[in-house]
Amino acid sequence: MKISTHIYNIGQGLKNVWRNKMFSLASIATMTACIFLFGIFYSLGTNFQSMVKTAEEGVAVTVFFDEGISQNRIDEIGNEIKKRVEVANYNYVSAEQAWEDYQKEYFGDNPDLAKGFEQDNPLANSANYEIYLNDVSMQPTLVSFLEGLDGVRKVNQSEVAAKTLTDINKAITVVSMAIVIILLAVSVFLISNTVMVGISVRREEIAIMKLIGAKDAFVRAPFVVEGIFIGLLGSIIPLVLLYFIYDKVVKYASEEFNFLSNMVSFIPVETIFKTLIPISLMLGIGIGWIGSRVTLHKHLRV
Amino acid sequence: MIRLDHVSKSYEAGKPALEDVTIHIDPGEFVFVVGDSGSGKSTLIRLLLKELEPTKGKIYINGQDLKKVTHKKIPMYRRNVGVVFQNFRLLPDRNVYENVAFAMKVVESSNREIKKKVPTMLSLVGLAAKYKSRPSQLSGGEQQRVAIARALVNEPKIILADEPTGNLDSDNTWEIMRLLDEINKRGTTVVVVTHNMEIVRAMNKRVITIKKGTVVSDVGGDDYED
Repeated sequence: MKISTHIYNIGQGLKNVWRNKMFSLASIATMTACIFLFGIFYSLGTNFQSMVKTAEEGVAVTVFFDEGISQNRIDEIGNEIKKRVEVANYNYVSAEQAWEDYQKEYFGDNPDLAKGFEQDNPLANSANYEIYLNDVSMQPTLVSFLEGLDGVRKVNQSEVAAKTLTDINKAITVVSMAIVIILLAVSVFLISNTVMVGISVRREEIAIMKLIGAKDAFVRAPFVVEGIFIGLLGSIIPLVLLYFIYDKVVKYASEEFNFLSNMVSFIPVETIFKTLIPISLMLGIGIGWIGSRVTLHKHLRV
Repeated sequence: MIRLDHVSKSYEAGKPALEDVTIHIDPGEFVFVVGDSGSGKSTLIRLLLKELEPTKGKIYINGQDLKKVTHKKIPMYRRNVGVVFQNFRLLPDRNVYENVAFAMKVVESSNREIKKKVPTMLSLVGLAAKYKSRPSQLSGGEQQRVAIARALVNEPKIILADEPTGNLDSDNTWEIMRLLDEINKRGTTVVVVTHNMEIVRAMNKRVITIKKGTVVSDVGGDDYED
């Protein structure tokens, strides 16, 4: 196709949007509603997942060593731990450090109470590695590996916390996936219906084009431009709305429920939108493009 | 130019719409195809436009076997066949100029060509002054003249007119027939499907009569009796 024909088709596509104002508005409104809902669920899901992740980061596995183990072996165990994919990071806590931390926590107000133990560290055998995981669902695998290591006396783990967090994470993933799939199916259905109505109104125009020798691509182009334009608007509008609503809700929640700030932290609007913008634009444009192409297909067999 | 060899067309149910039709039309001829409603006249036009496929037989246009024209090649084929309908089939949301220019856009003519040719065509059909009017602002005769200008603008070798005067009053009917005659005199083959016997008698052209799907007579204007 010539460049002038492309320009003509783009112009015709945009004119079609205006000529079919009501259908265009209906399509844009449908897409706006679907992508808006998608955005809400995406934001909620991502925030929940981030909260669970934060909680997971606090879950640690502690490894204690056999009595009289050499520092060499402790370092070797450290190296083994480092190599594991399950491990996000780990700290070595020496017996002295462990006792110091204990004193701070329990004898903070009465340091005299700890004086009796000055020459004899009661936690002499409590040197340990504190291991934080990438994903708590991997905890059992790591624990059985650690328990099998030579020189390891005991592995402490928070089984209940890990299981609860894993279950919550799974539930959030399943629920948000299901909602997103349902929303996508609904939007494809609604949009292709709207496009179909728009096209059947212009069946005569398509038939005339075909009878005077228009190629399929020429007939299709304005409809595809129209679909993409509607898709673009139908995704930009909900994105703008979501941006302001999300920002306001997060600010409001952080101010009003300040006491929750230790437990709950929201993902900043910029982070959410870094993913949400391309997904929504692709969804909008993709649905518009596919909808117009698929719906037009049967009208072109003339 | 147009050749139908033993062409039959049956739809899914009922009697065939056309049965064993053989017609030869030479370049530059003006031919009327007449018959009652449901006789198969429109089926013939649709076969010539390759909107339908014959059930039996072969159709050749300009020596080309229509069976061998694939879906992809249909647009190129149709560009050599101008078509005029009873109900004009203009684009209601575009003005006279845009309706004619549209046919040139479809075949990807340049803007310069369009600007040069569309006014000439509109002058030929006597509508140069109304180039800005919408179809709804025109009379039936004027709308049909726009349709003829659109059919002609790409200089097809054949014009197929399916009941072109069916929706027109007597004055407009004669005007359209005069226009088609003039186009034919310039060398375009014209096939007019009609059941208006008055114009058929007056025009004195070759007449093919179809009855219940078969050709019952094919005679020159002087020999025609209805």
